[in-house]
Amino acid sequence: MWKLLKTHFHQGYRTIDYPKGPVEFPDRFRGRPTVDGSKCADGCTSCAQACPTGAIQPGSPPVLDLGKCLFCQECVNACPANAITSTKNHKMAARKRSDLFISSSEMKLAAALDEKARKLFGRSLKLRHVAAGDCNGCAAELIVTNIVTFDLSRFGIQFVASPRHADGILITGPVTENMRLALQKTYEAVPAPKLVIAAGACALSGGPFIGSPEIHHGADSTVPVDLYVPGCPPHPLTILDGLLRLLDRLPKT
Amino acid sequence: MKDRFSSLRNGQAAPLDKIPKTTDVALFMDSVAAKVQQGWRLSNLFGRRTASGNVTLTVILSDDKEGRLWIGTTEVGSNFPSLTPRCPQAHLFEREIFEQFGCEPKGHPWLKPVRFPSSPHSKTIPGDTPFFQMEGEEVHEVAVGPVHAGIIEPGHFRFQCHGERVFHLEIQLGYQHRGIETMLEKAAPARLPFIIESIAGDTVIGHSLASAMALESLSGAHVSPRAEALRGVALELERLANHVGDIGAMGADIGFVPTSAYCGRLRGNFLNMLMELSGNRHGRGLVRPGGVAFDLPPSMAESFLVQIKNTKKELDEVLDLFFETPSVFERLDGVGSVSMKTCKELGLVGPAARACGQDQDVRKDHPFGIYRFHHIPTMTAEEGDVYARATVRRFEIAHSFEFLIDQIQSLPAGAVRSVCGPLAKESLGVSLVEGWRGEIMHVVITDKEGHIARYKVKDPSFHNWTGLAMALRIQQISDFPLINKSFNLSYAGHDL
Repeated sequence: MWKLLKTHFHQGYRTIDYPKGPVEFPDRFRGRPTVDGSKCADGCTSCAQACPTGAIQPGSPPVLDLGKCLFCQECVNACPANAITSTKNHKMAARKRSDLFISSSEMKLAAALDEKARKLFGRSLKLRHVAAGDCNGCAAELIVTNIVTFDLSRFGIQFVASPRHADGILITGPVTENMRLALQKTYEAVPAPKLVIAAGACALSGGPFIGSPEIHHGADSTVPVDLYVPGCPPHPLTILDGLLRLLDRLPKT
Repeated sequence: MKDRFSSLRNGQAAPLDKIPKTTDVALFMDSVAAKVQQGWRLSNLFGRRTASGNVTLTVILSDDKEGRLWIGTTEVGSNFPSLTPRCPQAHLFEREIFEQFGCEPKGHPWLKPVRFPSSPHSKTIPGDTPFFQMEGEEVHEVAVGPVHAGIIEPGHFRFQCHGERVFHLEIQLGYQHRGIETMLEKAAPARLPFIIESIAGDTVIGHSLASAMALESLSGAHVSPRAEALRGVALELERLANHVGDIGAMGADIGFVPTSAYCGRLRGNFLNMLMELSGNRHGRGLVRPGGVAFDLPPSMAESFLVQIKNTKKELDEVLDLFFETPSVFERLDGVGSVSMKTCKELGLVGPAARACGQDQDVRKDHPFGIYRFHHIPTMTAEEGDVYARATVRRFEIAHSFEFLIDQIQSLPAGAVRSVCGPLAKESLGVSLVEGWRGEIMHVVITDKEGHIARYKVKDPSFHNWTGLAMALRIQQISDFPLINKSFNLSYAGHDL
């Protein structure tokens, strides 16, 4: 007992200040890229050729699809003019798939739910996770949102054991053929009104598995999606940012 | 009999025509069974459709005492005599061959599909097939999954129970099947590392290292000592993150919440170090054929040493608390035991095998890269239960810490990446890595042009899932989450 108390005392309070305080990322952290088309040479397609998932439409400016992006920096390294650069910005969740196509340093971040939905979910959102072919990278980061560092439950958000207890589902993975039926059934089991959140490049577009005949290339192939969270996998703060935007729980700046 | 197999070391390649081919399939199977009887492990057995349209089986046997991999091949028709009845290690490999190529292992006792690929042989999905059933009064079935209660990957578990007691568990996976092996054979070389890194998201370093080593063996690329050391650092960080996380999760499963809270956070320290090094918390983008893509500059090395020492101090206290609390011991001791006999029969690998007393670790038996110079002691236990698996992990954590401190203090100088050129034609390259779950094996076979003709990925989970099923026998069904967590196997790594 004393040992337990002593250990507990040594551990102390470990939850980060977010969203009130600032967040820090290491220098090499690969967050949301920015695109500066004015630097592009005519006809240059280096970035598009370097991209392993075909996330870039060459042009001036090139258009980068964050839904397909693995944040690998191959385009950044390939660009002779520094037109694409990586930033430490972790904010990139969007409400529409089309909002993930970026061609500057700007993007339309996720808007909050309407007032009626916020009344329902704003202070208590229960989610069921469905892994539909994910590699366990995104699932691992979802688990991390629950640990003391990020402490998801302080926002009233919780992952629950059954879709019957849930207000929505959070999908990771590209939706494999073998998980499609289970995903549909889980979605149907959630009482309406319900939310669907897709997290990670796989759930947004198929990610590293784009082109495989065994997958359906993203959650919106099977169910309607309300929030898209890019990343491979998304940093826990990217997931939190998306959820809090949806619920309008981020401090107003 | 040795001329049925030729030997390679870990991370070596050989031309296909130098690998012995036994014409008589039955004789070939006899030799494999005899060698396994003598103590070699069946590390791999897979099919490949050759240019002529026939199916060739390749077997890779590990002689852990001598540090050699023995490779042999044979050509099969529509069926071949199954090894499984006399060599249970082969059971899932043979099911896989049947599923991928339609060649039936005659006499296989449980010939079900493994991953249910959508084409060409099967249109069914996992779970839509008969399960092993027990007969008897008051015997009942419990079906769990594919969507589970926690944040976890999908799989279907079918328990045959009498009351709370489990008599048999059949595990049906395949829900995560993404067609990885087929993709690896078709994808452009530049895309390869990204698919590899998503085989199992908790083993990014393990798989990307195994892949890099196999490709380097075929291209003859030289990896600098500094890159080897950094690969070791990343591999041990990955091991630490997962072992620490799993001990925390075991705490959660027995209701010992403090360990769950502390370990959940401390696991993040290792992931954050990987992020400092590579920009990604799981080390994506770090290991590449020819070396590593990111160097560890002196300032970062210093910061790592401080972080590692601080984390070690905290973790020592946290783990002492867990392992010295009597109620914890009471919940872990004697639960989910696997006997040494079962362990050997099934060919278990990694901490699960070491917990049964099997003195086996790729880092020691088939040393690669930095592990040729830095020897890590192998930790074994005897009982094969949850407590043994937890204890093995606890001591592996201690050894990984020692390794990290030692390596980071004395990193060799030099570049971290060299060019990994074109692959040798019509050759086979093989690599083994001791990932945190155990033996990862990648085998790459090239065609006449030097393109990848067959890419075989084997995650340690492929061996160990059946170990979990056996560990559940005559246990309380309510202990399933705990026993499952003590193995913590990969669904994605199995399903590919």
